[in-house]
Amino acid sequence: MATTTDPLTQRLRARLTKLSAPGRYRLLVHGVLWAALLVVLAPLVLAAIYSTQSASEIYQITNLLPGTQPLDNYTTVLFEYNFAQYMLNSLVMTTVVIVGKLTVSLLAATALVYYRFPYRNLVFYLILFTLLMPLPVRIVPLYQLMADLGWINTFAGLTSPFIASATAVFLFRQRFRSIPPAVIETARLDGIGPLRFLVYVLIPMSRGVIAGVSAVLFIGTWNAYLWPLVVIFERENQVAQVGLRFIQGVGSEGLIEWNLVMTAGVLVMIPPLVVLLVARKHLLSTLAST
Amino acid sequence: MSRVELNTLRKEFGETTALDGITLSVADGEFLVLVGPSGCGKSTLLRTISGLETQTAGDISVDGEIVNTTPPKERGVAMVFQNYALYPHMSARRNMTFGLGSHGSFTDDEIAQMVSEVAATLGIGELLDRRPGELSGGEKQRVAMGRALLREPELFLLDEPLSNLDAKLRDEMRTELTHLHDEIDATTIYVTHDQTEALTLGDRVAVMNNGQIEQVDPPQQLYDVPASQFVAEFIGSPQMNLFEGNVTATNGRLHVERGRFSTTVPGSPQTVDGGRFTVGVRPEDLYLADEAAGQQYSDPCELRVELSETLGDSVVLYATDGETTFRVRTGARQQFGTGDVVSVVADPERLHLFDTDTGVAVYHSGTGPPAARAVTRQ
Repeated sequence: MATTTDPLTQRLRARLTKLSAPGRYRLLVHGVLWAALLVVLAPLVLAAIYSTQSASEIYQITNLLPGTQPLDNYTTVLFEYNFAQYMLNSLVMTTVVIVGKLTVSLLAATALVYYRFPYRNLVFYLILFTLLMPLPVRIVPLYQLMADLGWINTFAGLTSPFIASATAVFLFRQRFRSIPPAVIETARLDGIGPLRFLVYVLIPMSRGVIAGVSAVLFIGTWNAYLWPLVVIFERENQVAQVGLRFIQGVGSEGLIEWNLVMTAGVLVMIPPLVVLLVARKHLLSTLAST
Repeated sequence: MSRVELNTLRKEFGETTALDGITLSVADGEFLVLVGPSGCGKSTLLRTISGLETQTAGDISVDGEIVNTTPPKERGVAMVFQNYALYPHMSARRNMTFGLGSHGSFTDDEIAQMVSEVAATLGIGELLDRRPGELSGGEKQRVAMGRALLREPELFLLDEPLSNLDAKLRDEMRTELTHLHDEIDATTIYVTHDQTEALTLGDRVAVMNNGQIEQVDPPQQLYDVPASQFVAEFIGSPQMNLFEGNVTATNGRLHVERGRFSTTVPGSPQTVDGGRFTVGVRPEDLYLADEAAGQQYSDPCELRVELSETLGDSVVLYATDGETTFRVRTGARQQFGTGDVVSVVADPERLHLFDTDTGVAVYHSGTGPPAARAVTRQ
């Protein structure tokens, strides 16, 4: 025998091979995860860093250190460039759209689940079908419609196209269908009308889904860019996403003040981030339940 | 309290006939159980009575008043469902009181008073502020019962209310239901697929099959004098033995014969001529020959044991004569092995004859022909 080893060495070797295989694997997994995280986080971190730099600092490409004016950029953007107003406009638009969407979608889902009317499923599939036509596809006829209504450059024109939501109708319908029929029948036996049932039973029983859907709607609406750009002409009525573009455009002599653009970018990210943090539990369960 | 009359009630769902001409009357204060296999239409019948479904044809009347198109809440019914149907976001108290307003105008104090009385009756006083998620199955069912009681209905409809409970709790709740019914004395219609519940709870039991009522009778009558082969098989556990046999009538006496099994039926039935019939005998009416020494039973028949089941109070043998497997219920604490040959006799007083084609009962040896007993058949 060439390799006669004492028991202790054997045990050690066994232990090492046993430990190192999963250890190496874990190292690999962590490496990949960190790399992915870096790819996702780098733009955000860079934006945050640039938002503290001065105009001259930001043009030193290699300067990745926090800048010398951590707060000045923010006050400049918010007040001199009117970004506070744009953010407020965005918030109002988003709130109105969410409230409108929830109201319409909850009513539609209630009708789809609890009323027996002819072609009920066809109606539902037609609603789903609208998902196949995103805004850019219908923007021309939509604009024409708003023009005919005289709603161009108005708040109604800004918000009304967003009020209906196939996604929300779909998610609420799924939720309502999962509620046992006996619950509804108990209410029917008591003569509780559909609206009362919606308000006192369905909505409280669907709180999680409503929160999740609201979060999805908030992010989608907050990030709307194309429609506000097209339909709103006056700067003071414009929303933050378009406002971001104004800041890009104000630089003198072709010089874009990227530090201010980054500052506005950071600002515009904050509300969706807050909503995500608050609603993440409901959001996950909403998406998991479909 | 109220009297319910159903007259040739039909319910069709597209091509399917769920109720096929149901005629039934439920007396004031009666506890009627609807029992039958899955899909026999018993739940549909209950839902049609409640108004949750609308019948295709036929009439429903409550206290002589036709309620065919009356909306559910005006029929004075309260229903308890198998899955309790409690609102998960409301406390037990709120579950009971929600929707009460549409049953009449009560002040808050009156409602609170009523709730505490009902809760005391059901022993759920401590649980009123909990939500359904914090209640056990039995407690939830009590809350659901409480909700129904609070409505002081003319008519109680219970749709398999105990099916989701475990066996022990089900036994307890069954006893409580009987007490409760004695106490409040409301007309009750109770749907179940469980024959034990049916026999123990019902003043009368209606056995349903394929959208029709096969028989409505008090439990013992149902067991002793089944109106059809279906009822005979459905009621009783282990189920009744059925086999085809030759019946000969000589001098007004019936002689039943099948292979080595033969017996003369007591009495002198005038209604049955000879021919082939389906013979029914319950497992407890078959005896081991040595257990039945000295009795006037049928000639012994040798059977080979295939399986024996110990039930504690008895042993059930599955034994075959080569053609049919018979279920024989014998005394407890006996040992049988597969392949043992046992000698079995039948109590001729307890034989049932059914028409082989239609399944209708033609003769019950203990009690005479069914016609004489006014057996209800629809």
